[in-house]
Amino acid sequence: MKRRPILDVSDLKTVFRIGGRQVAAVQDLNLTVAPGETVALVGESGSGKSVTSLSIMGLLPRKVGKVVAGRILFRGKSGEERDLATMDSEALRSIRGNDVAMVFQEPMTSLNPVYTVGEQIAEPIRIHLGRSHKDAAESAVGLLAAVGIPDPGRRARQYPHELSGGMRQRVMIAMALACDPVLLIADEPTTALDVTIQAQILDLLRKLQEERGMGILFVTHNLGVVAEIAHRVAVMYAGRVVETGAVTDVFRHPRHPYTMGLMRSVPKLGEATMLKRQGIPLPTIAGSVPSLLALPDGCSFAPRCPYALDQCRAGVPALAETGGRHKSRCIRWEEI
Amino acid sequence: MLVALSMLVFVLLRLAPGDPIDAYINPNVAMSQAEMAALRARLGFDQPLPIQYLAWLRAAVTGDLGYSIQKNGVKVLPLVLERVGPTVLLMFLALVIAIVGGIAAGIISAVQRNSATDVGCSVAAFVGISSPPFLTAILGLYVFSVVLRWSPSGGMLTPGTPFSLSDLLSHLVLPACLLSIGHAALIMRYMRASLLEVLNQDYVRTARAKGVKELWVIIKHATRNALLPVVTLIGSSIGMAVGGAIFMESVFNWPGMGLLLVNAVDTRDYPVIMGATLIIGACVILVNILTDVAYALVDPRIRVA
Repeated sequence: MKRRPILDVSDLKTVFRIGGRQVAAVQDLNLTVAPGETVALVGESGSGKSVTSLSIMGLLPRKVGKVVAGRILFRGKSGEERDLATMDSEALRSIRGNDVAMVFQEPMTSLNPVYTVGEQIAEPIRIHLGRSHKDAAESAVGLLAAVGIPDPGRRARQYPHELSGGMRQRVMIAMALACDPVLLIADEPTTALDVTIQAQILDLLRKLQEERGMGILFVTHNLGVVAEIAHRVAVMYAGRVVETGAVTDVFRHPRHPYTMGLMRSVPKLGEATMLKRQGIPLPTIAGSVPSLLALPDGCSFAPRCPYALDQCRAGVPALAETGGRHKSRCIRWEEI
Repeated sequence: MLVALSMLVFVLLRLAPGDPIDAYINPNVAMSQAEMAALRARLGFDQPLPIQYLAWLRAAVTGDLGYSIQKNGVKVLPLVLERVGPTVLLMFLALVIAIVGGIAAGIISAVQRNSATDVGCSVAAFVGISSPPFLTAILGLYVFSVVLRWSPSGGMLTPGTPFSLSDLLSHLVLPACLLSIGHAALIMRYMRASLLEVLNQDYVRTARAKGVKELWVIIKHATRNALLPVVTLIGSSIGMAVGGAIFMESVFNWPGMGLLLVNAVDTRDYPVIMGATLIIGACVILVNILTDVAYALVDPRIRVA
């Protein structure tokens, strides 16, 4: 049985104004997240994955970035469905940190250095739930315990610089969970961390999701992390989703040459040494990500694609259903 | 520090042309070389410089800064100390105006970056920074006291009237405002630059993501961090404000340390110059210590665990 999604983004288009020109950082984006589901948004730097998450949060840099088309339907705690794209800034603010919360990539710089971590976790509880200072501070200690920080009472009184990177990311997660959001947007939450800490944070997120049933939109460039945590995945390239589906389907039978290239580029354990011995370079995708200022006509990936035909350059391919909920934006998906 | 300062002032004073003995001599009375030599010997001016300095220092550590040459027989220490109050009052008000005005204008400028307000504030700040205190003092005196007659043109209290706070304030406000201009302008520039940088920091985005109201994002999350470099600036401003205060006091005839010092220099009153510099130096050092304490209060990373 399919649950009603808490987040339903359709035909989203976000533009940035760069030197008098409008550049589409994200277009034709469709995305849903159901309660208790983790959807991964994968892509290289500049593919539009972070812009997507900032568009949902209404945190695009003002005067520069703007959602110009599409809907971002969101069902918050009240159960009422509202369009975040057209909401005024005050209404959005009351949802941010309350119904939707976000964890950022850089735990080292994302915490305010001059306030204790307890205070920073307590802040959204006071703002959104209207609780007293003392009450919110107690909840903050409880949240620190929930994200696996030992001696939470003492830690709550410490400043960010007194904590390690992994601890700080746990603090960020505690802060995001403070008001029990229905949707958590995690923008590369493990990228800045050591591999062992990464695994711990992913375990923590999974455990918290089981306990609280929130949906997670997980933005990453790391396919290993996607396999680890996500139920569904959307692969982005140059501002568009090029392939989407259940993680197992997409990973087992990629239907888009970009996804295939990405997966080939991830070396398996021992493979790198073997290739080196045989004198074969690690596989990469030839060429580089096109500038959004000068996107090629037709399929954006065509110039780098080994399967490209003249037809690919004629128009942007539509997302084609390839079976189940698996979709690919490639006209030759059946052949490859 | 204070010893080094006193040594420096002592040596510089003696390097300056002129003989300290001149100040003691009534120019209308003829005096023979022998009499002058005897006077020198009595006052110790015939000793080598280091010995003279040590004699001064030995007395100074016991609180004896000698006697004013000009005002016969008046001890230097009480003479200087009675001037501390008015100067501290003037500088304190000037700095409060500079800090409050500078920080507020800096925040407004940064938040409304490139707006007409921002450009206006920045132009005003450049004019303020570029105006030397002696110019603003004289210009201010002319415009506000002579032309507009908003404020008395000098002194601390109106002579012959009983003390009242409003009388004191009416004399105080103009020199304090004029003294604050350069510092307010500098603080505004620093605050603006610092806040613009902080507003781009990740933790400001985090605060927005938490749903903090925009006003609070700026006041609570950004401004406190942006204050760090400004606190350092304010500390060093106080030292520089002493120089400005000397101009203000001479122009407005404000009975403070600056006026005392200027008069002492005019009349070659060496003990008073030494005493006044020593006390000013002590005050500046004290203020710098207070600045370090303030820094630790604003930034928890500086605090010793």
